Amino acid sequence: MRIWDLHTHFPTTGGATAEQRADKLIRIADRMGIERLCLYMGFPWSQDPAPEKFRAENDQVLSVLPKHADRLLGFVYLNPKHEDASLAELERCVANGPMVGVKLWVAQHCNTLEVERIVKRAHELKAVVFQHTWFKAGENYAGESTPSELAELAQRLDGKPIICGHTGGDWERGIRAIAAQKNVFADLAGSDPVAGYTEMAVRELGAERIIYGSDASGRSFSSQLAKVHGADIPDAAKRLIFAENLIRLLAPILREKGIKF
Amino acid sequence: MLRRRRFLQTTLAAAALAAARADAQQVERSPLIDTNVWLGRWPIRRLRLDDPGSLAGKLGQNGVTRAWASSLDGLLHKDIKAVNERLAHDCRQLPVFEPIGAINPMLPRWEADIAACAALKMRGIRLIPAYHGYKLDDPRFVEALRLATAQKLAVQLALVLEDARTQNPLMFAAPPDITPLPKALEAAPGARVMLLNWLRSMAGKPVLLALAGTNVVFDIAMLEGIAGIDATLEDMPLDRLCFGSYAPVFYHEAAKLKLQESDLSAAQLTAITHANAQRFLSA
Repeated sequence: MRIWDLHTHFPTTGGATAEQRADKLIRIADRMGIERLCLYMGFPWSQDPAPEKFRAENDQVLSVLPKHADRLLGFVYLNPKHEDASLAELERCVANGPMVGVKLWVAQHCNTLEVERIVKRAHELKAVVFQHTWFKAGENYAGESTPSELAELAQRLDGKPIICGHTGGDWERGIRAIAAQKNVFADLAGSDPVAGYTEMAVRELGAERIIYGSDASGRSFSSQLAKVHGADIPDAAKRLIFAENLIRLLAPILREKGIKF
Repeated sequence: MLRRRRFLQTTLAAAALAAARADAQQVERSPLIDTNVWLGRWPIRRLRLDDPGSLAGKLGQNGVTRAWASSLDGLLHKDIKAVNERLAHDCRQLPVFEPIGAINPMLPRWEADIAACAALKMRGIRLIPAYHGYKLDDPRFVEALRLATAQKLAVQLALVLEDARTQNPLMFAAPPDITPLPKALEAAPGARVMLLNWLRSMAGKPVLLALAGTNVVFDIAMLEGIAGIDATLEDMPLDRLCFGSYAPVFYHEAAKLKLQESDLSAAQLTAITHANAQRFLSA
């Protein structure tokens, strides 16, 4: 079964340089049978980066893509609080560079106009857009989006796809929040491997709207792969979740950039 | 050059996969003791494997030869003796399960529940401080360690049962602080203690190093980060790590795959899959 990982970051240990960290990530992905990894954000992390910081993090990702062109797919990390700089970075890394997606984290709520403008430009470039979300029992970060806010944004995207990072973490709430918005995809990554997660997602969203991701290296590959390997769903659904859905979303930009898949 | 690099990458990846499969096959043939299993119903969600027969079937499919089980009823029920008697009954019906009685030291006459576990020929007890509302510097915790040790019972300390970020706010159970644990162990000589569902982020490195200097053992159910077992073994002796899944709350495959994700030798796999657990429970 092909496995593409939607959601990885540089390991926090295992090398001083971006190259060493990427090598480690791929070495361990090999053990788990993972064919391709979407990689975004550099190190150290910044929740609300200034433009020079997110450019530097994107440079770290860009630096490892040529060596692992057949394994890594880069997503550009942007901060919508700096809209003009983010749009310029989108041009540098996606329109004129090798990256194929956009990562939006916790700096700015996603139901705002500046996020909408960035996402729409990304769609013009055929880039896949990933928006982190959480429904926390305590308080979210000041700029952290919820799945409900993402569903609100998704209504304004003319049916174009957007990925709900972590499915809100509290996945039973997250799945409910995005269920009616058919252009929202659920990312399985970055939460405990609680039994029933994937089964509920398949039941409520359909397997065509669910994408495997790990959130490695903070998470293990194992705990996240188990959400699919261990789920009581048909093998055809597992194939969709492990690779086919992500490939379908990425195919237009991969073809445009001449990236074989 | 590119072709050569691709060839090498492909060859190395194939060799790594073959080695991982060989290790996995060895695990399949070897005993696999799951130190962290629960029977019954999780209070906030139905689980596919929340009846003992279905869970036993799944564990068998995944190569588990022995599973140390407590009852999820032990989280909130107050008639703990009845909870543990039902557990003992279920485990007699399905011999893959080793019963580990739940104990709540905040209840009146809790000491009798420890004696009852011994009378039921259990070999261990499980404490759940987050749900029972005490800290590890509470004198009753130390007393529980002492009484269990006097009855030749091992003690499992189940630390985190649910991510604090996803809990129902009406029954929030904060993760316990394990900083007082080394001192508590000094006050209970001879206690055999295993930490279940511990996270490396729960305590600073000094606490982990202090625990590494004791005889405390740890399960892998909530061990996170890529190649998490490899990383943990950099700070912890091999004889302290045991296989544990937190099934059926977690997908059992998560723990199983962790054995593949780290680059473990046959000796390391033997220690983690069963030898450490056997030694811990038999001591």
